[in-house]
Amino acid sequence: MNLTLHVWRQTGAAAAGRFERYDARDVSEHMSFLEMLDVVNGRLIEEGKDPIAFEHDCREGICGSCGMVINGRPHGPVPRVTACQLHMRSFTDGDQIWIEPWRARGFPVLKDLVVDRSAFDRVIEAGGYVSIRTGAAPDANAVPIPKRDAERAMDAAACIGCGACVAACPNGSAMLFTAAKVAHLGALPQGQPERYSRVRYMLAQHDDEGFGSCTNHGNCEAACPKGISIDCIAQLNRDAIRAALGKGTEYAGAAGGGA
Amino acid sequence: MRRVAAFYQSTVGKKVAMAITGFILVGFVIGHMLGNLKAFQGAEKFNHYAEGLRELGAPFFGHGQVLWLVRIALIVSVGAHVLAAAQLTLRSWRARPAKYHAAPHLELSYASRTMRWGGVIIAGYVAYHLMHFTLGNAHPDFLPGDAYHNLVVGFQSPWVVAVYLVAVAMLTFHLYHGIWSALQTLGASHPAVNRWRRGAAAALALVVLTGFAAVPVGVFAGIIR
Ligand code: FES
Repeated sequence: MNLTLHVWRQTGAAAAGRFERYDARDVSEHMSFLEMLDVVNGRLIEEGKDPIAFEHDCREGICGSCGMVINGRPHGPVPRVTACQLHMRSFTDGDQIWIEPWRARGFPVLKDLVVDRSAFDRVIEAGGYVSIRTGAAPDANAVPIPKRDAERAMDAAACIGCGACVAACPNGSAMLFTAAKVAHLGALPQGQPERYSRVRYMLAQHDDEGFGSCTNHGNCEAACPKGISIDCIAQLNRDAIRAALGKGTEYAGAAGGGA
Repeated sequence: MRRVAAFYQSTVGKKVAMAITGFILVGFVIGHMLGNLKAFQGAEKFNHYAEGLRELGAPFFGHGQVLWLVRIALIVSVGAHVLAAAQLTLRSWRARPAKYHAAPHLELSYASRTMRWGGVIIAGYVAYHLMHFTLGNAHPDFLPGDAYHNLVVGFQSPWVVAVYLVAVAMLTFHLYHGIWSALQTLGASHPAVNRWRRGAAAALALVVLTGFAAVPVGVFAGIIR
């Protein structure tokens, strides 16, 4: 099939970008969206032009690096699919396809379709971890976890950090990403000691990164390639309220209390 | 307290403030609507009710005292609701500076998309409504103390009725998304009830729509006269 692409080209973070038009000829419907871009890039290189920069790594929907907005939808038209797993059979001959980077203040564009998602790393560093004793690996299943909690944690842990939630959000909020980690760790016994400090620190970092405020539209959930539910956001809100009311500080300041 | 203050500085804290004040205002809206419906019981009952509002809390409180306490609580709630909304809106506009070429709405509903400007319209309407029926300076023939007369005369103009109906429709949308959203913000989420939250918000919004629309339509249709 033959397609017309309108691709956002931007030479650097400070540069002004614009859409440029490319013809993609003889695209096989079995190609992935990224393979189609590879073919277009191959031709651009042959012509001595600058290829379209886009991020990619695993190409199997698990690393979260291939985010781009295709026809206004993060990762394109197929729900629960990353751009690398999107096949060209989802398009039809003669389609016009608009391809843009994630657009959010928290994700500055580096080049073309590549954005800087290190804000996510800083949100995780702020509290998206559990502190454990290192040493010999503990026995598997040493800590019993109810099936329901394990399932909830696994559902939230499916987040690949791609940023589609931010891209889809009219508020540029990263609440679904932040909440997925809060819900994931908060559902597990290992996550309890830091549960309430975690939500405070991660929320503060989320806000510091310039992400917007969630208005419960639900666009993030619809755009998420992993189907993370906005129930996670309700969980984050609940934990944040409890933290503000003093949860997690019961022993703070006790005589001789640790750091 | 320091924690609560710090929480209020966060995006979630401001939303929680909006949710709490929102629920206070929803409570007021429902009470107001029920009071309005007394117009169908005739002039005497309605005026008695209107005057009774000033005697709330009697004999413990004096004439108009509780009414003013309620008014102050409402003014504070509206102020806090609007302030937090404005701050969060500005923040979100900054967070999303560029638009997409053609973005479908995905999950955006009409109600969720119109929360901000719909809220502004509702605020403007409230100002008009107060001038119309409380202060009376936007009323053609305002008689202090005769609420029923003011009501019937006030809704003779089709334009006024139209303004009220539009405002009530905006309020309905605002409540539909707002009530659901406030539950989400307060973390009132549980697998057993999540299916019902949207339905409950829709039902309450429809009750408000029906209850508020009934009176201006009733006057205009000549049922209340
Ligand atoms: S390239 Fe890894 S998720 Fe698409």
